[in-house]
Amino acid sequence: MADDLKAPYQYPFPAPSEDAVAMRDGAIEGRPVGVSGSYDRGDSVRWTPDAISEVHALSQLGRYQIRGYNSFNKSLPTFDDLTFVPATMTRLPLEGYRESCDTTTVLGGGSGLVENPLVLDIPIYIGSMSFGALSANAKAALGYGASKVGTMTCTGEGGMLEDEREASTRLVYQMTPSRYMLDLDHLRAADGIEIAVGQGAKPGTGGLLLGMKVSDRVAKMRSLPTGVDQRSTVRHPDFLGADDLQVKIEELRLATDYKVPILIKMGATRPRYDVAIAAKAGADIVVVDGSEGGTGASPEFLLNHTGIPCMTAIRAAREALDECGMTGKVSLVAAGGIRTGVDAAKCLALGADAVMIGNAAMMALGCNSPRYGDDYAAIGTSPGACHHCHTGLCPVGIATQDAELEKRMDVAAGAERVARFLTAITMEVSLIAKACGKSTVHNLEVEDLRALSLEASAFTGVKLAGIDKAYGW
Amino acid sequence: MSDGIISETVITIADRPIREVHAEIQAAADAGQAIVLAEPRSRHNLGVALPAGARLRFEGSVGYYCGGLNNGATIEIERNAGWGLGEAMAAGDISVAGYAGMSCGASMLGGTIHVKGDAGPRCGVAMKGGDIIVEGKLGYLAGFMAHSGRIIALGGADEACADSLWGGEVWVAGPVKSLGVDSKLVDPDPEEVASIEALLAGRGLNDTARNWRKVVSAQRLWHFESRDASSWLMI
Repeated sequence: MADDLKAPYQYPFPAPSEDAVAMRDGAIEGRPVGVSGSYDRGDSVRWTPDAISEVHALSQLGRYQIRGYNSFNKSLPTFDDLTFVPATMTRLPLEGYRESCDTTTVLGGGSGLVENPLVLDIPIYIGSMSFGALSANAKAALGYGASKVGTMTCTGEGGMLEDEREASTRLVYQMTPSRYMLDLDHLRAADGIEIAVGQGAKPGTGGLLLGMKVSDRVAKMRSLPTGVDQRSTVRHPDFLGADDLQVKIEELRLATDYKVPILIKMGATRPRYDVAIAAKAGADIVVVDGSEGGTGASPEFLLNHTGIPCMTAIRAAREALDECGMTGKVSLVAAGGIRTGVDAAKCLALGADAVMIGNAAMMALGCNSPRYGDDYAAIGTSPGACHHCHTGLCPVGIATQDAELEKRMDVAAGAERVARFLTAITMEVSLIAKACGKSTVHNLEVEDLRALSLEASAFTGVKLAGIDKAYGW
Repeated sequence: MSDGIISETVITIADRPIREVHAEIQAAADAGQAIVLAEPRSRHNLGVALPAGARLRFEGSVGYYCGGLNNGATIEIERNAGWGLGEAMAAGDISVAGYAGMSCGASMLGGTIHVKGDAGPRCGVAMKGGDIIVEGKLGYLAGFMAHSGRIIALGGADEACADSLWGGEVWVAGPVKSLGVDSKLVDPDPEEVASIEALLAGRGLNDTARNWRKVVSAQRLWHFESRDASSWLMI
């Protein structure tokens, strides 16, 4: 006991023995309870077991780790931090099971320059994932599934796969800096041309496809030697800034006779400025891909620590278009971590004209589904936890170029699951829209949302539940 | 050129809308006419997306992306060309009497570009096939991340020549200021030299005394240090 606590007070009974004071648990002779436990737990908030493992891994490998899938950063906000406030006394709901709510979505028609804007039956489409990252069967299944419900897919980086062109009634052709396979005939075979400036998973870096997935067919389409670790350029070869891009867009319009819209896809970083510049450069559609976006392969630290989340980018992007007077002229697509219809509906309410899904569509195909459980175990993972996109050892035949594994991706079954998933999540969007009193899903608005956390309110400008004010906006 | 060409038509560009000029060029090309483009004034996007068999001559300088996405046209430019000359062309023949700006032949897949003066930086960047002949000097980073095809320069090359090639060849007669990352000089076979000389002779560039350097990929950037899938499993 501390010396200064030696007060003159005396108990009116004999002092207890040390043995009686001790709350021993008996585990270690003589050690008080409470002290022993401190060695069982590492309570450092910085040096968590994960952080220690990371240093151990890097110190053995001498290089960064690479993996596919999406961000594992635990600090990202989720769409679950927002809730809808449907019609009650101030607004009138529509009958969820009786009245209709239009889901038709037109992208790229605002400028009046484009002969054939993208007219989709639903406000959701399947985003750019390359043949290479995905198997040909997976690409075809996505295409057929999207076609069945009247929406579209996008080629991604690896050139235009014949299987996908045949499957997709509407196909956007992505023009990446590497320009694999890009020529006039392929541009003219597209229903839209997406200039890839970056992606949410790893903005500021080019594509990455490890050699295990660079099969003969993939290599031929990309004009590469079979089996190389393909690391693509990040800057486009023939334009640098926005002024050049404007000229480039005119070239693409001339080449395609002003028939199809031009999209610009970017990773979400500084959307308020980037989106304004993209609109100024002449894009018909701007796609803002949040940091939750998936990828076939990336240095892991970029996945976890670059870009800003989807929900934080949409409001800023919409405000940028509003400020430039480009709302209505340029369409805005949000992407990155959208899992369900309610996530999609929140994106529409925050200001997106449509949403793009990637990982969710893969899961509809069967990614992380429990069939072939033994094969998951053999590569050290399990259904629900698998992120083997980069190794090409995908047990369900989606993110692979292995001919045997690819057979597991049944095109017809996959297409049907994708179609049903898109139908289901569109029903979710329209039901929530009707509950909010909207006769079209595009009438969802920020006022239909409330934030459940200060952070979500600050990130989005959505009013905080209860106090009904937006934090800091 | 083909026997189908029966007449020459003159289209004046000047300050007219490019879309209008483009439509006239396409119509004249479809009609099988040889086309003379007067007053090009270094405008951008001239002669893009032309069909096979089209024949154009620009009476002056052109801006960005002239001859871009060419599908087999023959294009002559009497003065200089801006950025991205013949970018993404699949087939055809483009010749420039003067200089070509940055990224000449970017990501081209086939055909030939012939620059009589110098070429700017990143000539042949990301090219996937075809030939680029430069009578003058190549700018820095020639052939950056090219996949395939040949860049042939008679007047030397600036810094970082043949940087980060996946594949393809850069042939330089004359001094090379420095080689780029992951490229190496190799001794060309006499047969290869003969093939290059024959290509040049076909364009009236006869000189058997050239001292060729052939630069190819050193292939050290083809792979990370490991090619084994198991090494990419997360620890």
